[in-house]
Amino acid sequence: MFAEFLQYLFTGITIGATYALIALGFTLIYNASHVINFAQGEFLMIGGMATVSLIGLGFPLPVAMLGAILLAAVMGIALQRFAIAPAKQADPVTLIIITIGASIFIRGIAQLVWGRGYHSMPNFSGNEPVNIGGAVVSTQTFWVLGVAAVLVAALVLFFTRTMIGKAILATSMNKVAARLVGIRTEMVLMLAFLLSAVLGSIAGIIVAPITFTSYDIGIILGLKGFVAASLGGLGSGMGAIVGGLLLGVVEAMTAGYISSDYKDAVAFGMIILVLFFMPRGLMGARVVERV
Amino acid sequence: MLKSLLHNRLSGLLLLAIVIFVLPVFFNNPFHYDMATQIAIYATTVVGLNLLVGFAGQISLGHAGFFGVGAYFSAIMTGVYGWPPVITLLLGAVLVGFLAFVVGRPILRLKGYYLSMATLALGFIIAIIINNEGWLTGGPDGMPVPSLSVFGWELSTFSSYSFLGMTISGSLAWYWLAGVLLLLGVWLAQNLIDSPIGRALRSVHGSEVAASVVGVDTARFKNLVFVISAVYASLMGSLYAHFQGFITPDIAGFMESIILVTMVVLGGMGSTIGVILGAVLLTLLPQLLADFHEYEMMMFGLILMLTMIFMPKGLLPTTQRFIRSRLSKKKGEQA
Repeated sequence: MFAEFLQYLFTGITIGATYALIALGFTLIYNASHVINFAQGEFLMIGGMATVSLIGLGFPLPVAMLGAILLAAVMGIALQRFAIAPAKQADPVTLIIITIGASIFIRGIAQLVWGRGYHSMPNFSGNEPVNIGGAVVSTQTFWVLGVAAVLVAALVLFFTRTMIGKAILATSMNKVAARLVGIRTEMVLMLAFLLSAVLGSIAGIIVAPITFTSYDIGIILGLKGFVAASLGGLGSGMGAIVGGLLLGVVEAMTAGYISSDYKDAVAFGMIILVLFFMPRGLMGARVVERV
Repeated sequence: MLKSLLHNRLSGLLLLAIVIFVLPVFFNNPFHYDMATQIAIYATTVVGLNLLVGFAGQISLGHAGFFGVGAYFSAIMTGVYGWPPVITLLLGAVLVGFLAFVVGRPILRLKGYYLSMATLALGFIIAIIINNEGWLTGGPDGMPVPSLSVFGWELSTFSSYSFLGMTISGSLAWYWLAGVLLLLGVWLAQNLIDSPIGRALRSVHGSEVAASVVGVDTARFKNLVFVISAVYASLMGSLYAHFQGFITPDIAGFMESIILVTMVVLGGMGSTIGVILGAVLLTLLPQLLADFHEYEMMMFGLILMLTMIFMPKGLLPTTQRFIRSRLSKKKGEQA
């Protein structure tokens, strides 16, 4: 009984940590530019798929991962440079369609290069699962949780201790004022997309051994990240982490105790319900609208 | 002449009527009629959606859900329970209108991306239910739909009819039906836009706070237009189901919702004729791209991205502005 619960909890936290990383990617870009990047999920797809194919070419795992992250980083910058920057004055709904167009474009290329099949990636360390309180836990789970924790800690340090991190924060608070004190806000925007792409691709790589990967996993993962980010409150880093973990656990519990067919429906139902009562998510800032 | 045509609303309707009437001259096989019918159905749907997105400025990323409920309600009630199609179609619209009314109030309190999140979630839930309740909906494989019939008179794309001594094919009959409904939909939408309700909606788009300060009951008007656009979608969903004769859960899915919104934005938010153009292009595009086989998806994404980057206001408004600036330049040269 308890072992069962523990099993679902581990599954939920693992997938939740991935959602949290995706949601953090959304948050980074949202804060810097007020754009919701619907192509965020494609960074995960690129991370997983490129790693698998580089391993297939004979590269060792760490090199393959580095290659995949680099590829995603280049894509992130290209997305900002060629798709978002030229459409500066566009409506939010237009920006949504541009990023969706970008995600379809990236998916189309991935399908050309890697085909439509599913690909699997080996665990980073050993296939022998660990037994914790009766729950069977894959070693990859620890990699996911560990890497996610390190990334979050690194982000916190980056934003509080480095000049560049503080510049990004300043830009997200007030773009004009940031420019007045000498921050190059165009660079900040590009950096936000770069960081977001790196985060996404790492999330895609660490979760690939658990979930498999294919050219079209980006859509649903991206949407789940958007749900997690809205759940926590758009723009809040802490909210993204809480939202991601909560979403993952709720999904796993629904799949375990109620119905796996309806786990996504429960997740989407939860976000509607939360927004009914807290229109800016769990930790979103209250904003006064100016007329 | 050209200028007054661009400005006058009624002339837009007239232009559309002429196009619908003349177009069959260029059609030479049933496939053309079927494509045109499909376009008209989608065009009417987005004319309704445009009231919400273009005029009231509220984003819905789940509108295909309403389209899907209408389609599946018609399919199930006429196919499984033998209800008469036209009454079912109307009842489906009432049901969807009620659904939109109930969820609309709390959802429409949300703003910007939170609203898109909530509507996206609503659409997703509908699509998931359709996908999972296979005993009723046939699940992911889809389900057949009987043809549209009134008093035992069946309208099917496979048969032919005699009308005033002429023989017309089922495809042509469907084309006329969809065309007339499109005209009706446009006429209703334009009347709504020019009514006090329409002015209230545009004030909500401009600034919601300012609108409520001058006494516009913003919540009520937003909910009203949400219900109207959902009813448009439901009616067209039912019609689409009868027309196709077979439906799958994809018609209610996220991608379909995105395509509907893209039709609005691509054609030109707030321009009724513009969004019809958007429906034409976005329905034809996959047909044109089909020749590119494996490159299809890539091309589609690229075209979507490029048009939105270079014409963020949509095709028709951008073209109109171009023509207008050309006209005024010419006038300047003459003077």
